[in-house]
Amino acid sequence: MSAATLTPTAAGDAPIPLRAHLRHTGALVRRNLLWIRQDPESMFDAVLFPVIFTLLFVYVFGGSIGASMGGGQDQYVQYVVPGLMAMMGMNMAQGVGTGFNTDFNSGVMDRFRSLPIGRGSVLVAKIAVELMRMLFATVVLMIVAVLVGFDITHWTGMLASIGLSAVFGSALMWVFLTLGVVMKSAQSVQAMGFLVLMPLQFGSSIFAPTASMPGWLQNFTDYNPLSALADTARGLMLGGPVAHDLWVTLAWSVALTAVMAPVAIHKFRTKN
Amino acid sequence: MTVRGLVKHYGDTKALDGVDLDVREGTVMGVLGPNGAGKTTLVRILSTLLAPDAGRATVAGYDVVRQPRQLRRVIGLTGQYASVDEKLSGWENLYLIGRLLDLSRKDTRARADELLERFSLIEAARRPVGTYSGGMRRRLDLAASMIGRPAVLYLDEPTTGLDPRTRNEVWDEVKAMVGDGVTVLLTTQYMEEAEQLASELTVVDRGKVIAGGGIEELKARVGGRTLRVRPADPAHLRPLARALDELGITGLATTTVDAERGSVLVPVLSDEQLTAVIGAVTARGITLSSVVTELPSLDEVFLSLTGHRASAPQDTRPADDREEVAV
Repeated sequence: MSAATLTPTAAGDAPIPLRAHLRHTGALVRRNLLWIRQDPESMFDAVLFPVIFTLLFVYVFGGSIGASMGGGQDQYVQYVVPGLMAMMGMNMAQGVGTGFNTDFNSGVMDRFRSLPIGRGSVLVAKIAVELMRMLFATVVLMIVAVLVGFDITHWTGMLASIGLSAVFGSALMWVFLTLGVVMKSAQSVQAMGFLVLMPLQFGSSIFAPTASMPGWLQNFTDYNPLSALADTARGLMLGGPVAHDLWVTLAWSVALTAVMAPVAIHKFRTKN
Repeated sequence: MTVRGLVKHYGDTKALDGVDLDVREGTVMGVLGPNGAGKTTLVRILSTLLAPDAGRATVAGYDVVRQPRQLRRVIGLTGQYASVDEKLSGWENLYLIGRLLDLSRKDTRARADELLERFSLIEAARRPVGTYSGGMRRRLDLAASMIGRPAVLYLDEPTTGLDPRTRNEVWDEVKAMVGDGVTVLLTTQYMEEAEQLASELTVVDRGKVIAGGGIEELKARVGGRTLRVRPADPAHLRPLARALDELGITGLATTTVDAERGSVLVPVLSDEQLTAVIGAVTARGITLSSVVTELPSLDEVFLSLTGHRASAPQDTRPADDREEVAV
């Protein structure tokens, strides 16, 4: 250990080796997985969300939106499934803040923070578990999608867009982790998440092409990162140009992580 | 443990206003004070959860601000609210903390089994903590604090909200830990708890230390105990009070008659005085139905130390929850 490895604030303090970080994160991931075993209902959203959204959009709106696209319900299935998949990361991201807030209010977080572990481990473990939930929800979505007639033409593109959705989702999780740390109750975290995500999700190209939307809304949807994410997923899964939207999505993911991860860790560190 | 001039503000409120504290290794320091006196803030600073605005604190040779990671390795914390994961079983809670303290898998398993046994939680070990009673949770919380064999243990109001029986269980566990040579900082609102567990006491009020010293010394300063003597025959109440007055054993306060509860209250400073009271009663041939020693409440301690009542009166325990002395 050289002096150069020590940050100024930790002068004279022992740094935590990487292996220890991984071990701590692993133990905390195990804890969050045990929650699921103890409380299987917590997986309901991961199962029901893709099923309900797929059936709702394909059967309720699918016919008429498909017709306006010059096809029918079949064409809409191909349109909406990549969008729903792009959404998956985001919806799982919301849950991360709620669970985190509960930990703070129950005093468990005090115990973790009085242990000799990197404070980031607690956050990273939470994100890892939510990513697992997200992948599970994505598998459910793909099964339902194939059942309602979705045609997987580009397997590699599909895997790539799952990966992209995970990247964007985990970037967004830092935002919700921050909310989870600063807000008073789990309910307010949930309400806040809903208020932020609802307009972003529907004011995007996830569910319907934006061409028929009024000009002001199109301006919004054009800059909405969710449109870029959905359009990238569509391009990757169905074929088509992706380069521009892909860069926009990655840029948003990197920017969100770069700004919000330090904020979340700082808020977590200094929370009273 | 050395604390010098610790200050912490929350906005305009001074939670700690220059606190000094010394705790010798292997002793139990009680920190007594009402709600809002700054006890929890002090514990949070000393357990690295909170940064002080000014002052210094060294625990087990580590500076709480500059060496938090090293310090966290040697401390255990049991908060006011049981900080265990309700969704995990007792065993899983202990296993998780052992792993976070860098114990090997094998050592963690052995330590978890050992502590569950010691805290009488073996039968409930595999059940989710959500199904535990308040006392079981608190015991698990203590067990969790002990996994890493800490040198210093913080107990922040360990029995607040517990019924008398459960509270006694927790006290027994704490005494056993102290027997192992752990240094303990105990915060409490109850004089009785401090007397049971602590060897030295620091009384805090509004973020300041207002008194400190050995338990006996402080008890003497605040008037020791009060003896509540009840004659079997209510007609003996007045004669009994007169007899005890004539004894003239206390210079602090006089005997008072609590007619409503049919008893006489006598302040006593020592075991000798207590014995003298019983002797006087026997000499008069008065039959007693009960003798109870009551410790001064936090309110009384404050009244005699500061001249004002505790900012928020907290001692709401019923009188029958106090120490009974066999006649």
